[in-house]
Amino acid sequence: MDDLGFIVGSYAVTLVAVGLFAWSVVRRSRRLAEQVPPEDRPWT
Amino acid sequence: MTASTATTGRPDRVTGTPFTRALGIVTLVGVLWLSWFGLFVTPADVNQGESVRIMYAHVPGAWLAYLAFVVTGISSAAYLWRRTRSLTWDRIAGASAEIGVLFMGISLVTGSLWGRLTWGTFWTWDARLTTTAFLFVTYVGYLAVRNLGGSHHQRARRSAVLALLAVLEIPLVHFSVELWNSLHQEASVAGNTDVTMDGLMLFTLFLGVIVFTLMYVWLLLHRQRALALQDLVDDTGLDLAIAARRAEVG
Repeated sequence: MDDLGFIVGSYAVTLVAVGLFAWSVVRRSRRLAEQVPPEDRPWT
Repeated sequence: MTASTATTGRPDRVTGTPFTRALGIVTLVGVLWLSWFGLFVTPADVNQGESVRIMYAHVPGAWLAYLAFVVTGISSAAYLWRRTRSLTWDRIAGASAEIGVLFMGISLVTGSLWGRLTWGTFWTWDARLTTTAFLFVTYVGYLAVRNLGGSHHQRARRSAVLALLAVLEIPLVHFSVELWNSLHQEASVAGNTDVTMDGLMLFTLFLGVIVFTLMYVWLLLHRQRALALQDLVDDTGLDLAIAARRAEVG
């Protein structure tokens, strides 16, 4: 099927882009949290 | 051991809560379900053939970008209104715009792949495509303006004004297929009272919208909290710098 690469590619682009964004958010948060005491995080 | 693990004992609880963890699990299950249905279970379209499978990622991506930019606009208005003025609104606006740009980019790329299969070209200067690209660039500009510097409230004020102007582009993008002769098809489901789509295809499309919306909520909560941490760190750094300067002068 000639279309297969385009179809799978569209799902791969979507999942990889969202996954990388989520990973970068969590990574940045962990780095920042080292400098902020838990009492300053109202959601915890 | 970092300060974070020393004080909480759980490094993974930086921006997460039991709710976001449950939401994350439900979202992951939804993504697997959507991928399975979109790639293997739904039938091929009579006109588009197999390329219709791209729609299950493309349409929810575009929907989510609209949603994220509208949330940015509403949060910006809430910040500018004196009664509700709070930097939390500004951070929600900023986080939502970042996610909107991400999903608008995804929508442009997946739409381009679909266009290559259906129209024979990755890109054409069609009204819908051009206005969508313009919307994408506008919000990239909005994110750049957020990083220009100044105090938190200066950042919030200038970006809120820009967000209220930028959100006006959304109706232009949405109705571009009706305002101009467009290669892009008109809405198949939203605003259409005579939906002729196959039931399984329609279900998968709605599943995509729900899964992408859950994804958005998860990302928004985490990103907004990360921005709150960043503001706290910036404030602490500024206080230390002022104290050091005073000590030098004194």
